[in-house]
Amino acid sequence: MAREKLVLLGDEAVALGAIHAGLAAAYSYPGTPASEIMEYLIQASDGGKKLAASWSVNEKVAYEQALGVSFAGRRALVSMKHVGLNVAADPFVNSSLTGANGGLVVVVADDPAMHSSQDEQDSRFYAQFAQIFCFEPSTHQEAYDMTRQAFDLSEAVGLPVMVRLVTRLAHSRSSLEPRPPVAPKPLVYGERSHWTLLPINARRRFRLVLDKQAELRKLSEESSFNELRLSRSGSSLGIIASGIAVNYVLESFEEIDPEPSFLKISTYPLPEKLVRQLVERVETILVVEEGYPFIEKTLRGIVGIPGKRIRGKLSGDLPLSGELTPDSVRQALGLAPWARPEASSRPLAPRPPQLCQGCPHADTFLALKEALKDFAKPVIFSDIGCYTLGYFPPYEAIDTCVCMGASIGMAKGAADVGLHPSVAVIGDSTFGHSGITPLLEAARANSRMTVIILDNGTVAMTGGQFSYASGEPLLRIIEGLGVAKEHLRVIEPLPKNQAKNAALIREEVNYPGLSVIVAVRECVQEARKRKRASE
Amino acid sequence: MKYDLILAGVGGQGILSIAFVIDRTAGLQGLNFKQAEVHGMAQRGGAVESHLRLSDGVIYSNLIPKGRCDLILSVEPLEALRYVDYLDPDGRVVTSSVPYINIPDYPPIEEVLAALKRVKNSLVVDAERLAREAGSSRAQNMVMLGAAAAFLPLDTRHLRTAIEELFSRRGEKLVAVNMRAFELGREAGLKSLASLEA
Repeated sequence: MAREKLVLLGDEAVALGAIHAGLAAAYSYPGTPASEIMEYLIQASDGGKKLAASWSVNEKVAYEQALGVSFAGRRALVSMKHVGLNVAADPFVNSSLTGANGGLVVVVADDPAMHSSQDEQDSRFYAQFAQIFCFEPSTHQEAYDMTRQAFDLSEAVGLPVMVRLVTRLAHSRSSLEPRPPVAPKPLVYGERSHWTLLPINARRRFRLVLDKQAELRKLSEESSFNELRLSRSGSSLGIIASGIAVNYVLESFEEIDPEPSFLKISTYPLPEKLVRQLVERVETILVVEEGYPFIEKTLRGIVGIPGKRIRGKLSGDLPLSGELTPDSVRQALGLAPWARPEASSRPLAPRPPQLCQGCPHADTFLALKEALKDFAKPVIFSDIGCYTLGYFPPYEAIDTCVCMGASIGMAKGAADVGLHPSVAVIGDSTFGHSGITPLLEAARANSRMTVIILDNGTVAMTGGQFSYASGEPLLRIIEGLGVAKEHLRVIEPLPKNQAKNAALIREEVNYPGLSVIVAVRECVQEARKRKRASE
Repeated sequence: MKYDLILAGVGGQGILSIAFVIDRTAGLQGLNFKQAEVHGMAQRGGAVESHLRLSDGVIYSNLIPKGRCDLILSVEPLEALRYVDYLDPDGRVVTSSVPYINIPDYPPIEEVLAALKRVKNSLVVDAERLAREAGSSRAQNMVMLGAAAAFLPLDTRHLRTAIEELFSRRGEKLVAVNMRAFELGREAGLKSLASLEA
């Protein structure tokens, strides 16, 4: 009898693999394309009865909680989008020195082509930086199987393990065959000399990480997820592909004549032995990988490989930015494009994303623009969230968007050197994530700036997750940071309040010190969901 | 057998619901499938596309190569045009004629429809009219799924089962409306198929 098949997103395949590996706890902060990992885990946790799964205030806190679970000897998953690992980089890098007690798996979903991100960074460099093992699945089955194995491997080598996804796998739906789950492990506390990274301990622990590298390489070389097929026809071409790029190569593989040698790489550190075996047999090596040219650069070094040609992103055979496609890979393989119908050649008007009809942010932006219209050069430092769409017409309201929480720090820096009006615009969840510490500084300095916190009560862009810094707690946080009570103002962003709100904003912008204005109105998508649920 | 579809429309038009129904139907029929979709920022009233690949064999690429798409199923005419480049020379377009205008530079609708006419094998359906007839203008996505159903390698019985599964959480009334929308779309599709074969 065929085993049961499940239809899942790539993200969900990872989550299920973790559950079946005996996961005890999971932490994350919402971010495309990783959010669905935690959504699935929260659903499966049955309100915390089956495992502890919850959204964290940011990725660093998520990582540290996962580290605590690992210290306690139990299995932990921490997931995030690629730029989230920048936020969690401090505990992440140091966790290779503390090592893992209970299996610790960090899943990072990269977003090449920046569908919903501000950069294309490739998390494999982070795995290399921390000197830990990394899996890169190509299919849903592998996403499931590799995540399961990642926990075993983490405990076997005593280090955290990374699973790297990209958008096209994270957000593809397909089927997989699960295997029977294993039971969660009991508590077994970590050894304090491992986990207290005083120099006297850290030096020894770092030496240990270095000593483990040979073992990691051997595990990679022996992993059944890597596959070397040497050409029987003696082709001079060898292809190295990893992750999602494997699928694009295989899509056209049968058409390549003569059949080339092929190495599929799914694990890092690179399986050097397999790479050598391939390179010895061929004259030209084509490297196909999603993200930065990580494998290609390693292969090429500075002087290349004598007598061999290395092709890939650095040689211009594949694009250095954006996503790979079956078409760009086909071209690099030397195959003609498929015949196409005569298409309308006229370029079509693009349809960028935009704020929803009735969105509270729209009303706040309109009031803000009105309030600032008499200033020669007002600057609005913005942040990460739906309100970043305020960049586009008809608002054209914001001047910057860099990373979570940057709005407040940038506004303070600009105010320090005399820029006025210096306005920061940040959402409630982004404020909780990374806005509190810069506001503490601005409050102590009483900087001449205005912070507008858009409190819609949710993490809207990623589908409405829990926001820690919203409502009454948000106001108490702001007061607690030392913002003067008379310059902490609350408005309700509605069209009927626009003149009043604009006047209030203008008044605070003219105050020669720090003001915080909280614009409170529920996200329209969440309001709709709530209404539907109550019907 | 392989069959590649691009589902297109504007964020909020229910493109991923169409994908759910087809995925589920493929599962019921024992077909393999891979379906790539876009979440997050791309959803907020922007262009939404999903690549959906069906096969009785192994499917490798998560994305459809240009020139290999068998059918573009679109709930919006301008969005249908956006992916014509992906069509197989024998591929077809099944789209709604009703524009969703939320951008300042939306071209004149006559031009959009004329461009669609120039695509071989295009079927243009007034999805809004049929959806209203079914009981809700929000059911345009199911009208378009119905219109495409005549061409898909999928069993209509299984499609109906999947539609019922999708909407049953939201009550019997919604199931009935969406099922009617599907049937009205299907009639339009069958009529078009008959005229092509005549």
